[in-house]
Amino acid sequence: MTDQTPHIGPVRRLLVRLGDIDRRWIYLSMALAVAIPMLTGLSFPETPGKMSSATFDAIESVPAGAKVLFSFDYDPASEGELQPMANAFVHHCAARGHKMAFMALWPLGKQMAEATIDSILLANHPQYRYGEDYVQLGYMPGFETVIKGLTTNFASQYPLDVRGTPIGNIPLMSDVKTLQDFDLIVTVSAGYAGAKEWVQYAKSTYPDAYVLAAGSTGVQANQLFPYYPTQMEGLLAAVKGAAEYETLVAAAYPPPAHPERLEEGRRRMGPQFVAHLLMIGLIVLGNASMFAARGMKGGRR
Amino acid sequence: MSNPTTPSGGAKGPSPVAMIALLLFLLAAVADQTLFSEPYFARKYVDLKSNERIQARHTGADGESRTAWLEPTDQKIVSGEWKPVEGVDPVKWTTRPAVTEKEYEAVQAELAANPGTAPTRTLEASPIDTLGVWVAAFLTLAIFSFLWRDNPVYKVAESLLVGVSAGYWMVNGFWTALVPKLIAPLAPGFTQSNLLPDLQASSTPGLDFALALVPLTLGFLLLWRLAPRGGWISVWPLAFIIGTTAGLKVISSVEADLLPQSLEAMKPLVVFSPQADDAAKLGFDFWMSLSSLVGVVGVLSVLVYFFFSVEHKGAVGKTARVGIWFLMITFGSAFGLTVMGRITLLSQRFEFLFTDWLRIG
Repeated sequence: MTDQTPHIGPVRRLLVRLGDIDRRWIYLSMALAVAIPMLTGLSFPETPGKMSSATFDAIESVPAGAKVLFSFDYDPASEGELQPMANAFVHHCAARGHKMAFMALWPLGKQMAEATIDSILLANHPQYRYGEDYVQLGYMPGFETVIKGLTTNFASQYPLDVRGTPIGNIPLMSDVKTLQDFDLIVTVSAGYAGAKEWVQYAKSTYPDAYVLAAGSTGVQANQLFPYYPTQMEGLLAAVKGAAEYETLVAAAYPPPAHPERLEEGRRRMGPQFVAHLLMIGLIVLGNASMFAARGMKGGRR
Repeated sequence: MSNPTTPSGGAKGPSPVAMIALLLFLLAAVADQTLFSEPYFARKYVDLKSNERIQARHTGADGESRTAWLEPTDQKIVSGEWKPVEGVDPVKWTTRPAVTEKEYEAVQAELAANPGTAPTRTLEASPIDTLGVWVAAFLTLAIFSFLWRDNPVYKVAESLLVGVSAGYWMVNGFWTALVPKLIAPLAPGFTQSNLLPDLQASSTPGLDFALALVPLTLGFLLLWRLAPRGGWISVWPLAFIIGTTAGLKVISSVEADLLPQSLEAMKPLVVFSPQADDAAKLGFDFWMSLSSLVGVVGVLSVLVYFFFSVEHKGAVGKTARVGIWFLMITFGSAFGLTVMGRITLLSQRFEFLFTDWLRIG
């Protein structure tokens, strides 16, 4: 159709043809844009932004040895974005000597917490003892009603830990009556129920009882920006937030073992950069193609 | 070329193509693991860890007796503070946490350097974990194959995902909701004997039983919609669910969103901040003032855009137009963040394929 149009230059012809390109070429170029930087190890230095620094400061603001509640509100579908944050959060808290309780509002959050405990907490901080320094509470169904219940009676939601021990018999939890007995809440969240619900049902009800920090997927981050910094002291948005926070944590507390596990976010920023350049190029090209075809016989309007 | 999103419409039942592809994949895995001493593809290693717990009892100062499962080397048992419960067998099991190839090689090198010494850790290759990597790689490639076009291999992976998810949610719902929250209060003895040995005896069993009758009844009423007659009865539990949810949401929306966000929007338009050279002195902060101005203009113009009782003409129309610009910028930001998330997903799968499976990362 376009070949029959007279009096058009070669550049315009090329642009018009590009508008009809098979989408599989775009998929292939995106795959290459992600794979090549990954295989060549392309990476860039991260300069921590305001929100990542605030998140780091939020963890630092509670005294060493404070009680921290971790809520793993995600599953493997969001592991790429959120696991780097979870790793950095847990290492940061352990380096500060905080006592940690792990729970989950998502069914597979328990397994994500288990993996983080094994690969980060115990690998880098072998002195941590179960029951005294950390405890795994597991998944509890009920979404926001669980959070609401924790603010009134912790044991009503979690009478036992995952090993079947009543929480009253666990040294770390023996003086925890309500959520307000924790100093810091960290939620790593992929959606409902997650960071938004922690703001709505925990932080808003008891704003001065604890510090709230969240790690969020990019998709959900826009919903959470209004809460920062008044209702949420720290917020990490997408893998960029994870990479910046990793930089801060690794600089302040270099991990004694497996440093590569605290580089996942930064490692993923190289492919991210090239893929974004490709996206921008494709958007520009798509628009140029549309304008080139405008007014031509059979062209797009 | 055919449109890749067009369903093939041909996949009914197990496809021979998909089965052959899976079989070839598994054969390649077996060949790689058995024919070569140093496999070209993935090989997973695990750390065999023996665990033991004994039930111990402790009587506190208040006279209350407590039991717990503790390690035999636990300081509480060694010190004699907690006594093992007689007649209860210890529980023993082996865990197999994954270790990296580097860790495995380091332990092997240590053993080779010090022959005759007992290994500090028992690390071994795990065929089942290795098979798991191959299956994961196959399923990842099967899902990616949809980008070429719809095909039976993709259909198999998709059906597997749907089936496994449905089964997982069903089992998960049974063990995390139905058993502890409904069956346990209704029949604690039965639950402890057959389903949850760790179930703690309630101090108020009668009250728990009576309270559990409420969700039991509502649950039955909800299922009534499947009955040939009287389906309207299911509206009652639905009304309960809607009422409870509305109550929860109304309070949280006012407390966490409406009031705090309204307060946040009421910012001074001219901001004075401590000076960099003298913190005691306040000076005009241009960027903070601009930020406040943009925030206020954005909130007001977007509110005007969503105010449909007045026709969007004249000043109202122009303000609404500004609101549309703010909305567009917000959508653009959301799209950018979504793109970032999706690219991260892709890079994570590539990392898995290159590092865990192909071992070239």
